[in-house]
Amino acid sequence: MDTTPHTPLTPPRDFGTPASPSSQSVTLAIDGFSVTVPAGTSLMRAAVLAGTQIPKLCATDSLEPFGSCRLCLVEIEGRRGFPASCTTPAESGMVVRTQSERLTQLRRGVMELYLSDHPLDCLTCASNGDCELQDMAGQVGLRHMRYGFEGRNHLQQPRDDSNPYFSYDPSKCIVCNRCVRACEEIQGTFALTISGRGFDSRVSPGADQPFMDSDCVSCGACVQACPTATLVEKTVQDKGQPEHQILTTCAYCGVGCTFLAEMKGTDVVRMTPWKEGKANEGHACIKGRFAWGYATHPDRMLKPMIRARITDPWQEVSWDQAIGHAAREFKRLQAKHGVDAVGGISSSRCTNEETYLVQKLVRAAFGNNNVDTCARVCHSPTGYGLGQTYGTSAGTQTFKSVEQADVIMVIGANPTDAHPVFGSRLKKRLRQGARLIVVDPRRIDLAQGPHVRADYHLQLRPGTNVALINAMAHVLVTENLINQPFIDQRCEPDAFNIWREFAARPENSPESVAEVTGVPAEQIRAATRLYATGGNAAIYYGLGVTEHAQGSTMVIGIANLAMATGNIGREGVGVNPLRGQNNVQGSCDMGSFPHEYPGYRHVSDEATRIQFEQDWGVVLRPDPGLRIPNMFDAALSGEFLGLYCQGEDMVQSDPNTQHVVAALSAMECVVVQDIFLNETAKYAHVFLPGSSFLEKDGTFTNAERRISRVRQVMPPRAGMADWEITQAFSNALGYPMHYTHPSQIMDEIARLTPTFSRVSYALLDREGTVQWPCDAQHPTGTPLMHVNQFVRGKGRFMLTRYVPTDEKITRRFPLLLTTGRILSQYNVGAQTRRTQNVVFHPQDTLEIHPHDAEERGIHEGDWVGVASRAGETVLRAHLSERMQPGVVYTTFHFPESGANVITTDNSDWATNCPEYKVTAVQVARVLHVSQWQANYQRFNKHQLQLLKGQLVNEALQSQEATHHSASEPS
Amino acid sequence: MTASAPSPSPTPLSPAETQALDQALAHWQAEPGGLLPALHVLQDELGFIPPATLPALAQAFGLSRAEVHGVITYYHHFRQTPPAHHCLGLCQAEACQARGARALTQQAQDLLQCTLGHTRSDHHWQLEAVSCLGLCASGPALMLDGTLHAQVDAQRLQALLAAVPTPPMESSS
Repeated sequence: MDTTPHTPLTPPRDFGTPASPSSQSVTLAIDGFSVTVPAGTSLMRAAVLAGTQIPKLCATDSLEPFGSCRLCLVEIEGRRGFPASCTTPAESGMVVRTQSERLTQLRRGVMELYLSDHPLDCLTCASNGDCELQDMAGQVGLRHMRYGFEGRNHLQQPRDDSNPYFSYDPSKCIVCNRCVRACEEIQGTFALTISGRGFDSRVSPGADQPFMDSDCVSCGACVQACPTATLVEKTVQDKGQPEHQILTTCAYCGVGCTFLAEMKGTDVVRMTPWKEGKANEGHACIKGRFAWGYATHPDRMLKPMIRARITDPWQEVSWDQAIGHAAREFKRLQAKHGVDAVGGISSSRCTNEETYLVQKLVRAAFGNNNVDTCARVCHSPTGYGLGQTYGTSAGTQTFKSVEQADVIMVIGANPTDAHPVFGSRLKKRLRQGARLIVVDPRRIDLAQGPHVRADYHLQLRPGTNVALINAMAHVLVTENLINQPFIDQRCEPDAFNIWREFAARPENSPESVAEVTGVPAEQIRAATRLYATGGNAAIYYGLGVTEHAQGSTMVIGIANLAMATGNIGREGVGVNPLRGQNNVQGSCDMGSFPHEYPGYRHVSDEATRIQFEQDWGVVLRPDPGLRIPNMFDAALSGEFLGLYCQGEDMVQSDPNTQHVVAALSAMECVVVQDIFLNETAKYAHVFLPGSSFLEKDGTFTNAERRISRVRQVMPPRAGMADWEITQAFSNALGYPMHYTHPSQIMDEIARLTPTFSRVSYALLDREGTVQWPCDAQHPTGTPLMHVNQFVRGKGRFMLTRYVPTDEKITRRFPLLLTTGRILSQYNVGAQTRRTQNVVFHPQDTLEIHPHDAEERGIHEGDWVGVASRAGETVLRAHLSERMQPGVVYTTFHFPESGANVITTDNSDWATNCPEYKVTAVQVARVLHVSQWQANYQRFNKHQLQLLKGQLVNEALQSQEATHHSASEPS
Repeated sequence: MTASAPSPSPTPLSPAETQALDQALAHWQAEPGGLLPALHVLQDELGFIPPATLPALAQAFGLSRAEVHGVITYYHHFRQTPPAHHCLGLCQAEACQARGARALTQQAQDLLQCTLGHTRSDHHWQLEAVSCLGLCASGPALMLDGTLHAQVDAQRLQALLAAVPTPPMESSS
């Protein structure tokens, strides 16, 4: 079925220097062959294009030419000397020789010097077989070493093993600078330098520190760039060189990087970002490149399990027994409590095909529309806001578009931590001169760092986004910064006029909102002027926009701003949500919401419904089903009793944990399908062991609407891929599904979804990736949206009245808590906590401004209690001036932190997306964990014992106590 | 390290160091390429560039710590440790060697009880190898506490060093 399963390992062709963007061409002769190349192409690249190659060490096509290794010298007719081919541009009529007796002598001389200070342990070296120094020594044909090895050398320099994923062995370093340049040019962190000069020159992380003490973010670009074994993955040291490779897609954030899984049998040796991958162009972050070890972690659940009550020990059973049991329970619940008593939740970490199947299971086999997805709690306002204004629920650009942006506005997003590979591409554009506006309560790295400084950092108070965006709109309409021709041509005139009148109202002026937002009026005005007049202006935003009571309003406000300035429909501009999870775009596209079929078509739309009814052979319900929060409420009122939950951990990730736990405890059959016994599984009655992205075929859709193939590199460890489990569940319920490969599910999706009509695995194998809409008009996809007209026809301006959140600071709760992510951990941390990434971030901390800390007598590292009206938890304090006084910040990567014990059930008015970003809290020094945490620890310990088959006899006795502590902590 | 991880608390700067840093940044922070002159100010004021000033320098110039470190270590002129009270730089380049620099170096090492490239343990003397002082026509040449001397022979060296006051006894304790 699959056309590209295993391919033999061939290193990607290295052209030595990057491609020239020039449209003019020059023709020259290289070794007697004529070759035509774009003007500005290096002789080195021209030689590769001509079919030969020139020896090189310091050059690689991901980096600008450097000209230091002196191996790539060539002869040019009519010119003296031996210019370096990497730094010499091709010219018309040039006659170049890449080989001659003299060049051979020179190259051997250079190589001889390199090897006089390099260990000769090739056969036992980790890079044996993957070493450019070795290859070049072979090419130049060095046979004798005149210098011996007794002179001064670096062979005794100690190895730095501080980084958990790679080692740095300076004794093997040839000081080609590729690592330093990769850190600067590709990653943009500038953690490395060359210290000293001459013989003393050495690669130096930070100020000659161990890697872990430097600014290194462990993206691995340096390791990939290293031509020797100086920087090498520890997995390669342990396992040896890989023997085959499979192209697949990362399962972490919404950037959706393409990776080569480099394999030995069914063992991953390393993940290497794919140069041709359009989302990442050969770059990766610490998570995608290194943090995949969770797939084989001992905590992986590999057996189906059932139990009657959550206080009972788990019983391992066969797949048939587990699925049969779940099906019987669901039928029983529906018979007793009605068709609507059960529902399902799909996962943004699973594939499109798997998500599609879950909603099909719910609609066709459960017979209701009670399906929702974790996008509810992140980007549902994006779907609503962009759908209402532009007509499509997705970002407008490709990531590459940022290369043509002149002004970049980042709102409520922290790309260098949460979308690191895109963050690097963005920073590269900033170093080329693009201007930057950051809108964030916290001083994120983009606001100020090496070679990056925001022109304006609008450090607003959490919860005042809409007031700020309205003030920007006010400046546009009152300072004559509107792009009237664009509006006249592309937008609904009446809606615009109403909006203009609204925006111009005095209550929306920067001066009026300065106090509530905490941003000086002049800054708002200046930033708006820059956005409107600075050239191509692009907006990138994240959960700091959506996870508010007015999340949808803010998305609409952003969409208005881009329309009003005409920054939509071409390269370098646009409105770009940075989607959180690998397939959150896809899970929304696939009809995971209770009111929508795949392709964002309402369940009440008869034509669509009939189409699905005919294809699926069932009668479908025209009324929307329950959203996640409704499911919880219905559970507590005894009407919703069975839940099939695929790959989502609601207990840890949804707000107001105690409410979630109470709802789950009230259900009679919770089926959890996951790769680990996550927090939700501790409240489950049936556990179905899922498969990681390495164990199945499918597709993910990233934040650019880019559909990429996920390819199986190892068999499902528990025996079934997730789509097979859903299918088995459906069959057990009596609704037949008979797919033998996910490609058949995609064919069905394409058949039933206009925006996917041309998508197939054959197309994806041919094109690599495609961006939807992919239909008859766009047979290879649509990189850029809304080019000549909006998807909905005319763009619609909508009013965005600012309504302050109910979550206000009071004397009792005088601080605002906002939440976010950190680079090394991902979401609830189920994956990254089971990798060495914990070395970088071993626990969640509470970031607090030194001023607020001092008032409370809090010192760095103190235990502090964080209390809101919803609950209380205890974290360690970290004093940080990234926060403004009055605002505290934490992450939610560890279950024991209980960040969501504090968050409330406030939510977006349109979509119920929780208001994670604003909670009024009080913070005080404490000596021990909170009551919730004590209960959690006890409950968690008990559940793990139940898993191991311990406590079989004690189980009944402790049932009462456990149930109490789980559902009703004080 | 990741952005939000608790960073080790920076070594506090002494009042003199803070003052020198403020002075350097006040003059040079706004200038393109101001890092080098700022480093000169620091070294002129303090005699060396305290490593604890690295984060502030990096932030002021929009650079990384590594980049500032790279600049400091590239130039031999910049020191990262406090200098000795007196510094003797002896030219080791070809022209001076042809005029007896090696013997002069040996003599200096004996007189000062200090090896070339090192600082004496009492911190009173440091002996530096210098590549060229621009006095090739009249070597051997040396630089004593910033002053150049040409055509130095054994006798002159002895006289020059004798003119430098010896440290009071307590300074070596």
